[in-house]
Amino acid sequence: MSYTVEATGICKSFSGHPVLDHVDLTVETGSVLALLGPNGAGKTTMVRILATLMRPDAGTATIAGHDLLTDPVGVKESISLTGQYAAVDEKLTGRENLEMMAQLLRLSRMAARARASELLAEFDLADAAARRAAKYSGGMRRRLDLAISMIARPPLVFLDEPTTGLDPRSREQTWSTVRRLVDEGVTVLLTTQYLEEADQLADTVAVLDHGRVVARGTPDELKARLGAEVVRLQFADQAAYERALAGLDPVRADGQLRTIDVATEGSAGEIFHLLGELQEAGAPAHKVSTYRPSLDDVFLSVTDTDTDTVTGTDAGTNTDDAASAAHAEPKEMAR
Amino acid sequence: MSMTYALTDSRVMVTRCVRRSLRDPEAFFTALMLPVVLMLLFVYVFGGAFRGSGAYVDYVVPGLIVLCAGFGAGTTAVAVATDMSNGIVDRFRSMPISGSLVLVGHVVASLARNLVATALVIGVGLAVGWRPSAGPAGWVAAAAMIVFFVLALSWLAAAVGLLAGSVEAANSFTFVLMFLPYVSTAFVPAQTLPSWMRGFAEHQPFTPIVETMRGLWMGTTSTGAAVGHEAWIACAWCAGILAVSFAAASWLFHHRTAA
Repeated sequence: MSYTVEATGICKSFSGHPVLDHVDLTVETGSVLALLGPNGAGKTTMVRILATLMRPDAGTATIAGHDLLTDPVGVKESISLTGQYAAVDEKLTGRENLEMMAQLLRLSRMAARARASELLAEFDLADAAARRAAKYSGGMRRRLDLAISMIARPPLVFLDEPTTGLDPRSREQTWSTVRRLVDEGVTVLLTTQYLEEADQLADTVAVLDHGRVVARGTPDELKARLGAEVVRLQFADQAAYERALAGLDPVRADGQLRTIDVATEGSAGEIFHLLGELQEAGAPAHKVSTYRPSLDDVFLSVTDTDTDTVTGTDAGTNTDDAASAAHAEPKEMAR
Repeated sequence: MSMTYALTDSRVMVTRCVRRSLRDPEAFFTALMLPVVLMLLFVYVFGGAFRGSGAYVDYVVPGLIVLCAGFGAGTTAVAVATDMSNGIVDRFRSMPISGSLVLVGHVVASLARNLVATALVIGVGLAVGWRPSAGPAGWVAAAAMIVFFVLALSWLAAAVGLLAGSVEAANSFTFVLMFLPYVSTAFVPAQTLPSWMRGFAEHQPFTPIVETMRGLWMGTTSTGAAVGHEAWIACAWCAGILAVSFAAASWLFHHRTAA
């Protein structure tokens, strides 16, 4: 098995505050790895380091066979970077953008023109070739950005939040463009905060939280970690909800709706046992439903996030205990 | 081979910046209108109150050139700051080229814009009665002074654009540069200024630069010093500003973008 990205022990701090804490990351050649994490998890920093825009404080990486620190030019020749905001020159036309970048990539004027025409057609921008990028829709701008990334057909493409700020239709279009790159054999490292995006595009998902990789696997493997079914328990009153929460290890809990979601294998016996325990603890469930775990649930169970956990309205002092109990669990998994 | 690449890359970057300048119609129109409007304003509105020897237009042309260059430098600072706030600089830096060529593109485009503005000042000046006494050698020397000055100012603008951190902050640079020439001998001789201001006016860089052009074109300076003396000081200022700005811009570019 060969890897296009092999990074070990990457560390980076900004003014004493660690953003990346010994991150190891490998991306198999020809695959798509999604670096998934909440805002501020360090995703963009990781991409900027691997794309030679920033030096790590510690750690090493090999990108397409080139050492990141000793051969940055070799790395630059093997990658292209599509930033968080489409990196196109808005005052230039689509064609001018492509021709400019092609010439900077050592194509002659003639060759640059020819390559621009090919890419404009391939990325469905031929009609907009003579229009300034400023007049493009968000989706068109992303397509132009991706087209620029494909000028030299690099073995590795970084996509930093490729669909942030796009409407659903443009997002679908961008996804199909990314799939086409992958079909051509390009290795992709993408960052995203959208679980659906990771689920749609990635062969492997690495969940980054507080500068550490807290989970890694295929989307299916990650979902399987939570078991076959998530049981949603709803409680009739606040007191029962809180008593139940104290004794459970929830995927998520909602104090407003008084629901607690628990991962299970989905067997009748296990659910029967769970309900019996709640009954004994004086916190009988009012309603029960089950659903298949999504990447969302995985994400919530492995990241140390404050949202979607306990948000009791009149829970009083117990809220703090419950919240810290809910928080203790992801840290456990991180180790 | 890498020298050829650097030249090609510079050419691409310059083309980019020139296109960007031409496609910003407001800034472009202002840059072209400014020399004309200022010339008419100074010669016909303020000129009547001027009590120097000869026509005011003979005095004021170098002053208007530096004033327009100040405005042009503001445009350059804004252009650099805009680029730095954009993802495109990251893209350039992730490519196997020297990312700082982005700055070369801006500086060369800035030089081109300013020389067009200077030519306009000279053209309008001649149209409203400016009659310089310089021969061809004097014109060449004055042109060299202008190019050196604009080059130094353009690198200063690039450094300020990098330092500013925001487009708005970069914009305020225009204000400073358009104010400074007023407190020099650009528009009035130093002896007409109050004494506390005179010291500043006589020793700030705009004065020797303006006086060098004035001396070369008209034969005499307003300070009474020889042209050669003013030129020497002007060149020292420009060389100093150029060296510091170039070093600062290079340093800032690498540190701003690698943060």
